[in-house]
Amino acid sequence: MSEGSTLDASAAIERVYRAESRRVLASLIRLLGDFDRAEEALHDAFAAAVQQWPANGVPANPRAWLVSAGRFRTIDAARRDARFDASQAAIADGLEQRHAVQPELDDESLDDDWLRLIFTCCHPALSADARIALTLREVCDLTTEQVARAFLSTPPTIAQRIVRAKAKIRDARIPYAIPTRADMPERLDAVLHVIYLVFNEGYAATSGDAVVRADLTRESIRLGRLLLELLPGEGEVAGLLALMLLHDSRRLTRTTASGEIALLTEQDRRLWDRAEIEEGAGLVERAMRTGRIGPYAVQAAIAALHAESPSAEETDWAQIAGLYDVLMRIEPTPIIELNRAVAVAMRDGAHAGLALMDGILARGELDAYHLAHAARADLLARLGRREEAIAAYDRALALAALEPERRFLARRIGELR
Amino acid sequence: MKYLCLIYENEQAWATMPEPEANAMMGEYFAFTDGYTKSGQVLGGNALQPTHTATTVRVRNGKISTTDGPFAETREQLGGYYLLDAKDLNEAIQIASKIPGARTGSIEVRPIMEFQRD
Repeated sequence: MSEGSTLDASAAIERVYRAESRRVLASLIRLLGDFDRAEEALHDAFAAAVQQWPANGVPANPRAWLVSAGRFRTIDAARRDARFDASQAAIADGLEQRHAVQPELDDESLDDDWLRLIFTCCHPALSADARIALTLREVCDLTTEQVARAFLSTPPTIAQRIVRAKAKIRDARIPYAIPTRADMPERLDAVLHVIYLVFNEGYAATSGDAVVRADLTRESIRLGRLLLELLPGEGEVAGLLALMLLHDSRRLTRTTASGEIALLTEQDRRLWDRAEIEEGAGLVERAMRTGRIGPYAVQAAIAALHAESPSAEETDWAQIAGLYDVLMRIEPTPIIELNRAVAVAMRDGAHAGLALMDGILARGELDAYHLAHAARADLLARLGRREEAIAAYDRALALAALEPERRFLARRIGELR
Repeated sequence: MKYLCLIYENEQAWATMPEPEANAMMGEYFAFTDGYTKSGQVLGGNALQPTHTATTVRVRNGKISTTDGPFAETREQLGGYYLLDAKDLNEAIQIASKIPGARTGSIEVRPIMEFQRD
């Protein structure tokens, strides 16, 4: 065996690990019926690859090879233990019988396993926190330390959350399965929600260190791509991926060099990521073509109109206001209503927007939402109602918790005084 | 696998429900029970009398203490239960969602613990 082939093999193992380890894990969970046993089997499978690939070459289908190796090693180990401990014999028999006939290892079955893992980690019977932690750990392979840092928690807390979630999966018998057609809409919503929460934590994080947050944004986009690859006909999957890409395209200009918030109107659009905008806009069209249009696709369509406009003034506000009308029909929330009022103000003038906004605020639901008062203040300032604008910004400032937002609001008040 | 579905509902709402409506609801419960008993997925179940009939019993230091009322005062009260036999939690959730009380109250789905006894 030459030194070159050893190097080739170890490079291949590293590449396969990065690309396939979670998919291999997903299949091992199905075949072995248990997350922890599958983790061990995954480890054993790669140990076997390190021993065998340099001598025998990289197998044609590394993923299937690893799944098989992990399964056999686990059954073998149980058989060995059975010589000293009779209870292990039953376990070994059980494992072997689980998929006694040739276990299905073709690409399609393995992709299904990957979906099973995602849907199980995002099962609505698990708490929202547990779904996020489990998805980042099991599907994205982040360490508990990384998850803890991203969510300002401690590794033991995150580890315990994951242990409890796995215990519930096992004890309440949450099935390792792709949802039935009838359950799919609700279950897919739960998955998309987890992905979007992870993205938002990375993108608009309230806290946590910048590097980890970039990890979260990247992982959520990667998950979005993967899900779209597996469920190509789902409009909302394309919509969510588009929305994330279009937001991410502005990551360099959302804050100034000194860390201040920059409004959409103030951002240098030349610095927006063209490739992401193009991909995002293409995905919006793709989502629209599926004919099943949900809130993610509509929000992505709005983001695409912003992204493709050469300046804030030239933005197609009429179409944006129209899309907010659509969004209101799908998901009538006060926040969407507020955004719609902002778009109407751009289309029909500040007066029209302010009338809507006053109506929304009068209902009281958004009274404690600082951005509602900031948006209203902005319209008052545009109408030259300086004193009222300052009062509204003061109200926003009193409610705002984040330092950059507080500095932004203080700056606005300073400009008006 | 067996699951217990605990039906929590506001018993005041039951008590004040107009009779035709209450009869319709009972009809739905009977239909649910019959249908899922026939399919073998409901193993048993009962409605409970209201919480004003409840007595809570404790033994401390060998002494029995008896108090009036349920163990915990809650906004919705335990009003009945079904014992299910389901393939997995997804199936249990599907069946639980068909219990008439799920539309007005809440159903807590709990897996039954199995003990190995020699």
